[in-house]
Amino acid sequence: MSKIPIRQPEWSKLKHRWERELLDPSNRLLPQRQEEFTSISGQPIKALYGPDDLENFDPKKDIGFPGELPYTRGIHPNMYRSRLWTMRQFSGFGTAEDTNQRFHYLLQQGQTGLSVAFDLPTLMGLDSDHPTSTGEVGKCGVAIDTLADMEILFKDINLESVSTSMTINCPAAVIWAMYLASAEKRGFTWDKLRGTLQNDILKEYIAQKEWIYPPHPSMRLVTDTIEFATRHVPQWNSVSISGYHIREAGSTALQELAFTLRNGIEYVEAAIKGGLKVDEFAPRLSFFFNAHNDFFEEIAKYRAARKVWARIMKDRFQCQDSRSCMLRFHTQTAGCSLTAQQPHNNITRTAIQALAAVLGGTQSLHTNSMDETFALPTEHAATIALRSQQILATESEVANTIDPLAGSYFVEKLTLELEEGCWTYFKKIDAMGGMIAAIEQCYPQKEIQEAAYQYQQAVECGQKIVVGVNQFVVDEENNIDTLYIKPAVGEKQLKRLGAVKARRNSPVVRQSLMDLRKAASADENLMPFLLSCVKAYATLGEVCDQLKQVFGSYQEPIF
Amino acid sequence: MSQRPIRVLIAKPGLDGHDRGAKIIARALRDAGMEVIYSGLRQSPEQIISAALQEDVNCIGLSILSGAHNVILPKIMDLLREKKMDDVLVVAGGIIPDQDVLSLKKHGIAEIFLPGTSTKAIIQFISDNAGSEKG
Repeated sequence: MSKIPIRQPEWSKLKHRWERELLDPSNRLLPQRQEEFTSISGQPIKALYGPDDLENFDPKKDIGFPGELPYTRGIHPNMYRSRLWTMRQFSGFGTAEDTNQRFHYLLQQGQTGLSVAFDLPTLMGLDSDHPTSTGEVGKCGVAIDTLADMEILFKDINLESVSTSMTINCPAAVIWAMYLASAEKRGFTWDKLRGTLQNDILKEYIAQKEWIYPPHPSMRLVTDTIEFATRHVPQWNSVSISGYHIREAGSTALQELAFTLRNGIEYVEAAIKGGLKVDEFAPRLSFFFNAHNDFFEEIAKYRAARKVWARIMKDRFQCQDSRSCMLRFHTQTAGCSLTAQQPHNNITRTAIQALAAVLGGTQSLHTNSMDETFALPTEHAATIALRSQQILATESEVANTIDPLAGSYFVEKLTLELEEGCWTYFKKIDAMGGMIAAIEQCYPQKEIQEAAYQYQQAVECGQKIVVGVNQFVVDEENNIDTLYIKPAVGEKQLKRLGAVKARRNSPVVRQSLMDLRKAASADENLMPFLLSCVKAYATLGEVCDQLKQVFGSYQEPIF
Repeated sequence: MSQRPIRVLIAKPGLDGHDRGAKIIARALRDAGMEVIYSGLRQSPEQIISAALQEDVNCIGLSILSGAHNVILPKIMDLLREKKMDDVLVVAGGIIPDQDVLSLKKHGIAEIFLPGTSTKAIIQFISDNAGSEKG
């Protein structure tokens, strides 16, 4: 005999009775700790969630099964039961040798994927010997000037057996060309290479602010890489459409989600406009989210992300291939939540955030190190961060079952609310003419800035607590070891760059740069030209400069 | 006699593009009645000093998260001294390890505001220490 579900009016009656007879007297005896409870994003949170919060909820339509539409519960039928998330620690500092050493160390310690952090000159398409690179070389990531550096970076690493993610945006196509060229030189075939290029320029204008060229030519570079990957590097994720940086810039969870997915829509539209069929490339779009402090809000965010993206791909773009509807994502725990005060507490924060990411079904995860409010991670701190993932994977038993929080009234309600919020944001941005138009009007930037300011106000008035900062504060002297990048790194890099320039075939370099410039002025796919340039050991700066002559530079709007 | 409001230049030296903190502080200082100029991203030491001179500021706030502070901030301080702008209060913040704070202070930076510093504390420090012309 099937159970008859409780009807809504009956439940409301029961709830009112509970409030009247139990909750209200209890609150009079022991008042609530705060007048209002909100998520870290400012969303009001009730004392209790129940069936009345899921009035029109249809488990079949709203959550379904893992591995099929709407994908709320996960993109694979078996999720972590067959394969755990990739443990992929973001690393890079100093020279290519320094970073190669750290890569080997982390792989030995059990990480299962590589993730490259580049220094600021590289991120900005500048060579180590550019005047504005002084003091910056190797400081916040690895310095890559030419193919020679890339060859060292992956020394003794089998690129066919480990996947590589590269966090690079405005010069992503050039760095990817270096990666492909070095792989080819070592005898790896492109169809066996697995990896991800962040290559998400839209979020740069919105949040991370590493740009060279204006939006339209930058989008051309992105669609060129999408097309090239589709044709020649089929296992490569050509874009990692990112919310991490949007959140780090101070956005709410909803803004992180909505702006990221809307950026995704913009890329899909651009690739289709460029001549590709959506199912050709969409399966290889990937995403990157933040894992912030509010545990349940984050889990709901990931579930909503999968559901909304699936709807977008099915309804807005009419995808036929189910893989086009699967949102695959990497997660990084929130850097902006870490404190300089009592830094060991960051280990705890990171572990909680990592748990949220795992319960949210992430495909890949980076856990921050406790010392990152001071410098790049030491080996010791990075190891602890990796161990957090390994403990989660093996000791906590949370990976035994799929989407364990499904059916929770609270989590399902939060998931629905975030989903609804996305559609509202999409409508607004569509009405503005799309994401590039919205960026030109500074819309997402202003939304994020306002959210960042509101959060700071909440912390300063004690509404939101940060342990060690506005509660449980101690007078302390920090004695933790931090990573120090010696000036010798910069000197070494300059020497190497000089040596590469001295021994390369200058006429070949010049010709390749000229060919690139010609192609950039036309509408050919630039990847083959970039490959020729990098193979001739043209520098990153030289290549980016050529493109700058054609594309121009982006001027930051100040508001 | 009325005092001219304290004029502050919030600047982003070097290649770093993280402006969340800088912009929050700029807004907080404005709300506290100071006149604030925000330099924009990726300013050279020369551009910062030139802006400070042009805007006739009482204080420069330098925000840097890239790890390049040991090279770039002393350069700014040298230029400041060259231009005889010793009466300008200079403060800094961002990602700066404890062991670098002393040396930066020796270069003349009055205070380093680490992550977690409240805007109230920054407003107080600048109010207490930045000179302002009487109008």
